[in-house]
Amino acid sequence: MPTTENKAVLREELKDRVKDIVKDDYAYGFHDDDIQYSFKSRKGLDERMVREISALKKEPEWMLERRLQAYRTFLRYPLPSFLSTDALEHIDFDNIYYFMRASDRAQRDWKDVPEGVRRTFDRLGVPEAERNFLAGVSAQYDSEVVYHSVKEELSSKGVLFTDMDSALREHGDIVRKYFGTVIPTGDNKFAALNTAVWSGGSFVYVPKGVEVAIPLQAYFRINSDNMGQFERTLIIADEGAKVHYLEGCTAPTYSEHALHSAVVELIAMKGATIRYTTIQNWSKNVYNLVTKRAFAYENARVEWIDGNLGSCLTVKYPAIHLKGEGASGEVMSVAFAGKGQHQDAGARVIAFAPNTSATVTSKSISKDGGRTSYRGLVRVMKGVQKVQVHTVCDALLMDEGSRSDTYPTMQVDEKDVNIGHEATVSKIGDEQLFYLTSRGVTADQARLMIVNGFMEPFTKELPLEYAVELRRLMELEMEGGIG
Amino acid sequence: MSEVLLKIEGLRVAVGEKEILKGVDLTVRRGEIHALMGPNGSGKSTLSNAIMGHPHYRITEGRIWFKGEDITEMPTDEKARKGVFLAFQYPVAIPGVTVTNFLRAITKARRGEEGPAKEFRAEMAGAMQTLAMDPAFARRYVNDGFSGGEKKRCEMLQMALLKPELAILDETDSGLDIDALKVVCDGINRIFNPQMAMLIITHYQRMLNYVTPHRVHVFVAGRVVESGGSELVAALESEGYDRFIKKSLAAA
Repeated sequence: MPTTENKAVLREELKDRVKDIVKDDYAYGFHDDDIQYSFKSRKGLDERMVREISALKKEPEWMLERRLQAYRTFLRYPLPSFLSTDALEHIDFDNIYYFMRASDRAQRDWKDVPEGVRRTFDRLGVPEAERNFLAGVSAQYDSEVVYHSVKEELSSKGVLFTDMDSALREHGDIVRKYFGTVIPTGDNKFAALNTAVWSGGSFVYVPKGVEVAIPLQAYFRINSDNMGQFERTLIIADEGAKVHYLEGCTAPTYSEHALHSAVVELIAMKGATIRYTTIQNWSKNVYNLVTKRAFAYENARVEWIDGNLGSCLTVKYPAIHLKGEGASGEVMSVAFAGKGQHQDAGARVIAFAPNTSATVTSKSISKDGGRTSYRGLVRVMKGVQKVQVHTVCDALLMDEGSRSDTYPTMQVDEKDVNIGHEATVSKIGDEQLFYLTSRGVTADQARLMIVNGFMEPFTKELPLEYAVELRRLMELEMEGGIG
Repeated sequence: MSEVLLKIEGLRVAVGEKEILKGVDLTVRRGEIHALMGPNGSGKSTLSNAIMGHPHYRITEGRIWFKGEDITEMPTDEKARKGVFLAFQYPVAIPGVTVTNFLRAITKARRGEEGPAKEFRAEMAGAMQTLAMDPAFARRYVNDGFSGGEKKRCEMLQMALLKPELAILDETDSGLDIDALKVVCDGINRIFNPQMAMLIITHYQRMLNYVTPHRVHVFVAGRVVESGGSELVAALESEGYDRFIKKSLAAA
């Protein structure tokens, strides 16, 4: 155990590091002091704040009750102790804004977006529609042809797709029925915090038998906080329905908030399929602590495609509960940790029903002293037979000072199951570099080629424009061009 | 006589503290095929790696010239762009990078420009046909799970597209069965042209039954101990390396 004195030193070091990183990021991330906030909340959290948030949103009584109960749970719970890092202890909960509301976001224009941000978007080649959304330029969105046609197609099929705040107002009964059923308030300290102060996030309901052909992208939504600090997302695919939800962006997302803590709940009813794709690249001052869990009922399928690039510490283990016979799932993730970053990612698969299966593929890249860990759980409940779960963890170390660890946990009591785990750690070796440079590509190009190849199993799961963006981003990361 | 492409003078190379090459002299002219033959452990692969600039091989003395330019210290990628090519004995895998994308990237690097994708595909398909390769091969990841024969063909495919002026073939015949050897050698003969030169490094003469060298060098204990015409191949076949090893010992 570190002594108190050591901890104080560590804390100072961490602060400095975060400060440096923030300085670097500032030029590229989102940070605009000119945004007007109609409601400037104060730092810190208390019961009055929770009540104010709920009142501002004109929420029903039951949601206020949920929030208050969650707030008490948050206070009571200790920080998670399983992490082999004491970075979480550096979160200063009293020095965080828990709620902010931008009033005149709609008046922002692309030309008002800081030059540095625009430059990064240009280099990444982010589609205009998306960059406008991400930069908060959403006013003209109502007239976007794409958005309109998507909206019409969805509503004609009875698909509900809106931000979570609107969902609570407009579809309160559905929200009340499912909210917090996958991730209960008391699941962990940060899920409790999210439940107490959540704002924004997406709500999707796909009726029975409806297949949504195009991926639902968060930027189709208007006037909502996509990249909220405590976003709350709930996706329900009713029996036989099929939907692909996609959000995030490879561009660095600046947040002045030191803490991002989202909750994402997915429910795939009998025979339904949900794919959830996300790429997050928070600026490197952010603690990204996300709880993601899915229920897959009989013959349902859930796929988490999860990319984590930014933040100083990410803690995220997308979970799949195989709750019905024949259910299946997949977690495919990639994590990149550069200087001063720790990506603690993983997956959790729990089989509650027989004849179920899941595959977990975790790819991580560590560079310039960055650290990645895979923390996985595979659990087969008592009496559950014929379960197959296969996990593959591949780590790529770019240099000597970088680090990667694997912490797989398997809790299996039954015999008739097939649980496999493979892990590889490779370093970019002289032999690969020599081979590639002997063909005329530069050493930097060679490294990038190796990294892109390593990520290929992940990249090929992405829609083309995201795949292209991700490759460009890795190019910038390899150049050391950002953060 | 045609232009000197490769000139090696008094080359000494060490791996760690151990000296492997003990003063190599070699001159290769445009339009020539040279065979460098030697027993295992004689330093043949060290020579090819040293020419290409592998970081583990330290040149302690001597110079390497390519087209009159001293390339002894030149970075590997620059040599490659100037037209030096090494076909590896053990090519490494690059998982996740398809043969097509790889070939496109390296031809772009070598030529300094990226031609139209359509033309490139046609060129690649033509080269693959020359080497009797299945078109599906192009979609596989470079050397990932390739058989020995596939690896060697893939090396030849790269050579065909990069159009080097100097190609060094390091034990290209190793790990090939007789049919694969014929196909690969056939490819080599088609790729070879009077504008380039080849240095074929091998332990056995069997490859030289298909590719006829203009000059043959016997390489023993880190030195060229004898040079001659293709008649040397026959001498090696009947006598083995013993005579040359003795000669090398006598010289040392």
